[in-house]
Amino acid sequence: MGEVFWVGGRVAVRHLDRDSRRGLLLVSPTAIYAILLLAVPLSAVVLFSFWTQDFLTVDRTLTLANYREAIAEPLFRVLMLRSLTISAVVTAVTVILAFPVAYYVSFHVRPDRKALWIFLITIPFWTSYLVRVFLWKVILGFNGVLNTSLQGIGLIDEPLTFILYNANAVVITLAHAFAPFAILPIFVSLEKIDRSLLEASMDLGENRVTTFLRVTLPLAMPGVVAAVLIVFIPTVGDYVTPRLVGGPDGLMIANMIQTQFLRLNNAPMGATLAIIAMALVTVVSLIFVGLNRRYLRGQKR
Amino acid sequence: MSSDKALISLRDVDKFYGDYHALRDVSLDIFPGEFFSLLGPSGCGKTTLLRTIAGFEDVSSGTLSIGGQDMAGVAANRRPTNMVFQSYAIFPHLTVAENVGFGLRRSNYSRGERHARVSDALEMVGLGGYGKRAAHALSGGQRQRVALARALILKPKVLLLDEPLSALDKKLREQMQVELIRLQRQVGITFVLVTHDQEEALIMSDRIAVMFEGRIAQLEEPEALYQRPGSRQVAEFIGVMNFLGAHVISNEGNALELDVAGLGHAVIGRDQCPGGPVSGMCHVGIRPETMTLLFEDRGDGPVADGVVDEVVYYGDMTYYDIKLDGVPKPITLSMKNMIGRPVLDIGTRTKVGWDPRALVAFS
Repeated sequence: MGEVFWVGGRVAVRHLDRDSRRGLLLVSPTAIYAILLLAVPLSAVVLFSFWTQDFLTVDRTLTLANYREAIAEPLFRVLMLRSLTISAVVTAVTVILAFPVAYYVSFHVRPDRKALWIFLITIPFWTSYLVRVFLWKVILGFNGVLNTSLQGIGLIDEPLTFILYNANAVVITLAHAFAPFAILPIFVSLEKIDRSLLEASMDLGENRVTTFLRVTLPLAMPGVVAAVLIVFIPTVGDYVTPRLVGGPDGLMIANMIQTQFLRLNNAPMGATLAIIAMALVTVVSLIFVGLNRRYLRGQKR
Repeated sequence: MSSDKALISLRDVDKFYGDYHALRDVSLDIFPGEFFSLLGPSGCGKTTLLRTIAGFEDVSSGTLSIGGQDMAGVAANRRPTNMVFQSYAIFPHLTVAENVGFGLRRSNYSRGERHARVSDALEMVGLGGYGKRAAHALSGGQRQRVALARALILKPKVLLLDEPLSALDKKLREQMQVELIRLQRQVGITFVLVTHDQEEALIMSDRIAVMFEGRIAQLEEPEALYQRPGSRQVAEFIGVMNFLGAHVISNEGNALELDVAGLGHAVIGRDQCPGGPVSGMCHVGIRPETMTLLFEDRGDGPVADGVVDEVVYYGDMTYYDIKLDGVPKPITLSMKNMIGRPVLDIGTRTKVGWDPRALVAFS
C-alpha cells in the first residue's frame, strides 16, 4: 500500500514540475520585460540616491548624504507633506463622489443598461489627459467659464481666484481625472453583493439606512479600499496637473524631482526624493492593504 | 375554524409584474401554530406569495392582514414575520453569533441577555459552540441552521421558509425535514413553507395549498389531498396517479356505477368525485400502491388481467408497468418486496387486484 502511495506521490510531483515549468515559460516574456523596464531603472534610481553630485560630475562613493539633506531641507519636507495632503484630499473627494455613482449604477440602473452606463463613465478617457487638464484651466480661470457664468447670473461680483493656480485647482482636476478609476472597483464590489442579504437585513428589522451601514458598506469595503489605493498611489507622484493648474502654491514633490533631474542637474538628489516618496506611498498602501485584509475576511465564497 | 381566528388572511389578492399575472385572486387563511405549505411547480407564484407576506412585494389588488392588522404600506422590517431565504442569505462578513444576533440590535436587551439568547438559539438548532466561527466556513446544512436560528431568535408570529431544503443533499434534507417539524412543535410558531417537492409538503405540513399559474388549485390536509385530489392536475402533481378512461352507467343516490377501461365494472361513492359531479365519459384515477399483483390466483376483490411491460427495482419496492388488456397505455403499480415474493419478468401474464374504494373519478 505504502509503495502505491509513494509512487502516486512521485507521479503527482512530476506533474507539478511539468506544470510549473510550463508556467515559468509562459510568464517569462512578461517577467523579462518587467525586469528590464522596471527593476533595472529602479535599481539605477536606488543606486543614484546613494551617490552625490559633485558640480558637473557624479561622485560614486556610497553615502547617505542625500537622505540627510532631503530630510533636513524644509522645502522638500513642505513639498512632500503637501503631496501627501493633496493626494489624501483628492482620494477622499474622489472616493466619496464615486461611491454614489457606483451605487446608483449597481442598484438602480436596469441590468441591461449597466454596461452602457459603465461605457459612458469611461468617456473622459477618450481625450488626452493633457487636453482635459487644459480644459479645467479654461473652466476655472479668472475669465473662465465658471467665473463668467457665476458673474452672469449675479451670484458673485468679482471672479473667484481660489479655484485656479493653487492646491484647490489640483484637487478639482485630479478628482475628475481619477473618478472612473474609483467608480469601477466600487461598482464591482457592489455588484458582487447578494441582494438577498439586503432583504435579510430588512427582514430582521433594519431600515434602508441601517441596512446600508450594516451590510452594504462593509461588503463594499474591498472595492472602496481598492479605489483608495488606485487613486492615492498615482496622484502622489503626479506632476503634470500641479505644473499646469497648481501655480506656485500647488507644486508637489514630483515637480521638485523633475527640477532636480533636469533643471538643477542633480540626479542623485532627484533619485533620493523619488525613493523617499516611494517609501511613503508604500507605507500608506500597506496600511490600506492591511485594512482590506480585515474586510476580505469571510468573502471567499 | 372561522376566518377571524386566522393569523394570516389574504383576500382576493392579485399581483402583476407588468403584463405578467403572478397571483390570481388568491384568498386563504393561515391559522396560529399551523405548519402551512405552498406547493407547486416553478413559476406557479408560490414564492411571490411568500414574498408578499414577508413584505418584499406589494399586492396589486386585494388585502393581506397579519394578526388582524392590514399590511398595506407596512415594510418588511415592521412586519411580525421572519424569513429563511433559499440562499440562506448568511452575512459573509460576520461570525455565526453576529449573524444570529443581527436582528437583536434594535431590541432593548443588554449585552449579556443578547449573548445568552444567541447561544440559546444556536443550541436550539444544534450549533451550540459554533458562535465564534466565520460564517463562510460553514457547510450548507450548518448555514441553513444559522438562518433558522437568526429568524427564530426574534420570536416572530410567522416564520417564512423559501425552499429551505432544496440546496441540501437527500440524506440531509430528510434529516432536516424531521428537525423542522420538531422545531415547529417546540417553538409553536406558525411556519409557512414554500416547496416544489410534493413529498416534502406531505411529510411536513398540517395543510397544503397547491398552486398552479398563480391560482390556488386546492387547499387541503395532506391525506385528503393525496387520496382525494380535486382535479387531474393536482392528482398528477401529487405522487403518481394512473388514469383510465371510463363512462358512467348509472348515477343513483349516493352511488355511481362505472365501466372502467381495463378494470371493468366498478361502483364508487359520490365522495370519490372530489372535482365535482361526473357524467357520461370521464377519467378514473388510481394510485400505484392501491393495486397488487396476484401471484397466486386468490384475490377476494375485483381482478384485472394484463402483461408486465416494465420492471423497476427500488430495493424496498418494485414498480411494475402493466399493460391491462384492452388499454394501450401501461399503468404503474408498486409492490413491497418481501422475502419469498418473486420479482416478475417483463412479458409475464399476471392478474392485478384492485379496490373500488381507491378510485377517484374526474369529468
